[in-house]
Amino acid sequence: MSPVPTSADDGALPALPTLAASPHAHGGMSVAQVMQRVMLALAPATLFGFWLFGWPAINLFAVTIGACLLAERFCERLMGRTSSLGDGSALLTGWLLALSLPPWAPAWIGLLGGFIAIVVGKQVFGGLGQNLFNPAMVARVALLVSFPVVMTQWVVPQPLFSADAPGFIDSLRITAEAPAHPDAVTSASLLGHSKTELARGITIPEALASGPQTLFDWTGLRTGSLGETGTLLVLAGGLYLLASGIIRWHIPAAVLAGIALPALVGHAADPARYLSATQHLLSGAALLGAFFIATDYVTSPNTPAGQLIFGFGIGILTWIIRSWGGYPEGMAFAVLLMNALTPVIDRYCRPRILGRRRDGRALEPTPIDNTGGA
Amino acid sequence: MGFLDKIFRPLTRSEPWGVHPDERKRPASETPIRRLPPPPLLYLPLSQHVGAAAEPIVRIGQKVLKGECVATAKGNISAPVHAPTSGEIVAIGPITAPHPSRLEMMAITLRSDMEDRWAPLEGLADPLARAPEELARRVAEAGIVGLGGATFPASVKLGLGHRSRIRTLILNGSECEPYLSCDDRLMRERAGGVIRGAVLMRHATGAREVRIGIEDNKPEAIAAMRAAVDGHADVQVCVVPARYPMGSDRQLIIELTGIEVPAESRAADVGVLVHNVGTAFAIHQAIDLGRPLVSRLMTLNGEALAQPGNYEVLVGTLVEDLLAFAGGVRGEPARLVMGGPMMGLLLPSAKVPVVKGCSGILALSATEVARDEPGPCIRCGSCTRACPVGLLPLEMNARIANAALDAAVALGLHDCIGCGCCAWVCPSRIPLVQAFNHAKGELAAHERDKKRTDATRRMAEARSERLEREAREKAEAAARRAAERKAQKAREAAESAASNSEGAPA
Amino acid sequence: MLVAVSSLTVLGAVLGVLLGFASRRFHVEGNPVVAEVEALMPGSNCGQCGFPGCAGAAAAIAGGEAPATCCPPGGKALAQSIAARLGLDIDLSAVADAGPQLAVVTEDICIGCCRCIKACPTDAILGGAKQIHAVLHEACTGCGNCVERCPTEAIGLKPVPLTLQHWVWPNPARA
Repeated sequence: MSPVPTSADDGALPALPTLAASPHAHGGMSVAQVMQRVMLALAPATLFGFWLFGWPAINLFAVTIGACLLAERFCERLMGRTSSLGDGSALLTGWLLALSLPPWAPAWIGLLGGFIAIVVGKQVFGGLGQNLFNPAMVARVALLVSFPVVMTQWVVPQPLFSADAPGFIDSLRITAEAPAHPDAVTSASLLGHSKTELARGITIPEALASGPQTLFDWTGLRTGSLGETGTLLVLAGGLYLLASGIIRWHIPAAVLAGIALPALVGHAADPARYLSATQHLLSGAALLGAFFIATDYVTSPNTPAGQLIFGFGIGILTWIIRSWGGYPEGMAFAVLLMNALTPVIDRYCRPRILGRRRDGRALEPTPIDNTGGA
Repeated sequence: MGFLDKIFRPLTRSEPWGVHPDERKRPASETPIRRLPPPPLLYLPLSQHVGAAAEPIVRIGQKVLKGECVATAKGNISAPVHAPTSGEIVAIGPITAPHPSRLEMMAITLRSDMEDRWAPLEGLADPLARAPEELARRVAEAGIVGLGGATFPASVKLGLGHRSRIRTLILNGSECEPYLSCDDRLMRERAGGVIRGAVLMRHATGAREVRIGIEDNKPEAIAAMRAAVDGHADVQVCVVPARYPMGSDRQLIIELTGIEVPAESRAADVGVLVHNVGTAFAIHQAIDLGRPLVSRLMTLNGEALAQPGNYEVLVGTLVEDLLAFAGGVRGEPARLVMGGPMMGLLLPSAKVPVVKGCSGILALSATEVARDEPGPCIRCGSCTRACPVGLLPLEMNARIANAALDAAVALGLHDCIGCGCCAWVCPSRIPLVQAFNHAKGELAAHERDKKRTDATRRMAEARSERLEREAREKAEAAARRAAERKAQKAREAAESAASNSEGAPA
Repeated sequence: MLVAVSSLTVLGAVLGVLLGFASRRFHVEGNPVVAEVEALMPGSNCGQCGFPGCAGAAAAIAGGEAPATCCPPGGKALAQSIAARLGLDIDLSAVADAGPQLAVVTEDICIGCCRCIKACPTDAILGGAKQIHAVLHEACTGCGNCVERCPTEAIGLKPVPLTLQHWVWPNPARA
């Protein structure tokens, strides 16, 4: 009789496969691929910013990202974890932070910001996926509150290869020096300028008319952070993310609507006190926030309804802080405030389970209509 | 949340459930069905269906003919097992089960005599004039189970239909799993038999109409079925969009009838029954020809396989023999899977038999199963979007990882159908399905333990009651005896007194 | 001054009345936790925990003198439900849970003395004098009381065999 195959009969059997549940196939992107797509979407605006602000901006960018990577590896060593730098999340955090800093900020700002973002903003919560707040925005707010002067010193654009632009060697001096280099022609950003002038009793149209030319420009030749100047390129990157399915429309649309609606109403009611919707949307890195920062997977709600609430909250809060608050920009604060609400929003915006009502009880069976003809 | 819901529903409804995995059905789906000759040895598990295991009725050494019953159904939900070919019973004992656990299951081993001689068969004449119960009995005797993979005894489901007023009988020909094409081939090559089965089932359930759902990626099958349906007014072939998991009961019912089956109820409760097209064909064979379920169509596919295709295989054939017949495997397959890639079971080895519910064997190469190590959840929400039931897989997984199984249940763990969409899309490659399977298994084990503890307590109480009763009875008996003795004594005393008094005057 | 004194007095009075009312309204007789824990226990009073019966063990667990994991027949499931009831944090991996066990009679050496039958708390052993005894699997809790009574060591404990129906996928988070 031929032997019955049992597990005891292991002589002829090859090594048992490792236990794995279905599915046995995989689709979709990996985490690293997702991060790479986001970076790809950010690249045009970043390159434009590099050109606009020259070597000092490039130096700051490199320092910020380097600090993030170092901090990430340091924390992981401390916790005895294997390196996860390959997934690109720390790199992306540094990138987003660098885009929101004043382009000519000294290196220590980027260094400190990178460490705050990764250590305080992410790793103390338990690393990737565990943080409650957006790490880049945690760092930006911490820097803004701690070093308000450095963080609000914007330079007039001095494009690479133009006559005034500092060379690479000069740029190292600018980056290394603190708090700011005398060569830098500082200027105010649109939001900052209008706020200070408004506080002096000057209406917004007058302030804009008397202010420097570089306050606002459709092509991006204006003062501001890297993420603020190349606004249209940021928008293009955001649309690319939408098209490639990395993000969905709910959060960006809600954020922009949340800023634009009150801005329209306010501007219509009192143009002397309130900036127009266009100026709001194209300033203070509103588009960068809407498409790249508010949409951070970890710190935003999961369901479409929750994302709409979340986004709209960010928009409204941004406008309120910009219009009535002490700081000229409000995106970072608004994002952090809504991040804090994300668990609550997720709790109350669960999708309906098939066959159940929204409160979790089973549906009533529909009566069987067996009387009609077939 | 009522008013928020009203505001947001129109904005949020557009999200379609499910996923679109790479189909990979070709070239297997384009090769005609080939019949596998009887292998030298067949292993017939006694438990190839949902419910109680069948009970062997043969002895070792007994000669059986093809189609002869070797194990009968035990209990209400069970199915008999028949000899897939003629030969001799050589063993009844445990074999390695076609299951990832590597555990054993009881099986009858049959040595084929290579003659493949049928036992005398008798079809049911004019079945449409018979009572529905008679058809259901025939189906039960033929050992037919749900061939889509659920393996629920088909006769029980037919009887269910009879009790709870079925309006629509749905035949599931969607075959949404990638790689598999056996239902596709069946509908292309044996459409007449499938339709005949549908008509018989409609009669057995008393349904008013039959709808056959086929995904739009099978145009040949749709055409063949439409041609075969001609003349049956109440049988309708419906084209459904190709999307995984369209073949899941609830999803298909919504697609074809618009009815949403309530949670915790069966489809029959809303007047719908869903059967696989393969089951319909098997029912036609059983009733018209009297043939029990001894073979089925299977897809052999995967990059590691030399000749992917569809085969008619005897139940109980070793996967090894099957692979050898299909030209063997190239190198060592990274993974052998029974069923489709989305819900199939990992096989412990090729030395396991195929069972009634096996719709395919996949020999997957290393590149096909290549997957990164699981990483932390980044809360991207892909799983939420993919889930066809509307669950939050990431939240459930987080609860289960912290052993908070009750919290996972509160999030709808019991509504999970295990389709694998969430794990398929997960960018962090988290084994979500395994986590849910684990949690469901643990909860079932808790339930069993609790029942057992309750039963123990009942028995312990019964015992102490019995001991008390016995003690009481003993005490009572003792008291009674004491009383009797006392009465006896009193009587004796009285008698002696009487005799004394009698004697006194004397 | 007068306002402060009187307002504090009123506040004190109101809160006092409230507390008094609450203590009446939510008055609890005895310790219900012990009864609840006892209701969770198997109730076979097998004595493996070292306490006088399940009631004794329940009192000890509720009083914090015994761990929630002290009941071997209850196993992991019981430990978990007790821990959930008492809000305890227990380390289940540390529970020496050999899995459920069953008493098995070695038929060759059973002499049919009936001693084990008398010792069984759940009447799970069948048989008469001079007859080979058998264990009812459904009723046996694996408490092991019978093992000590057997004069011929014919009865022993064996783990319940793992079947396909009872197999559980391992937790991937713990892997």
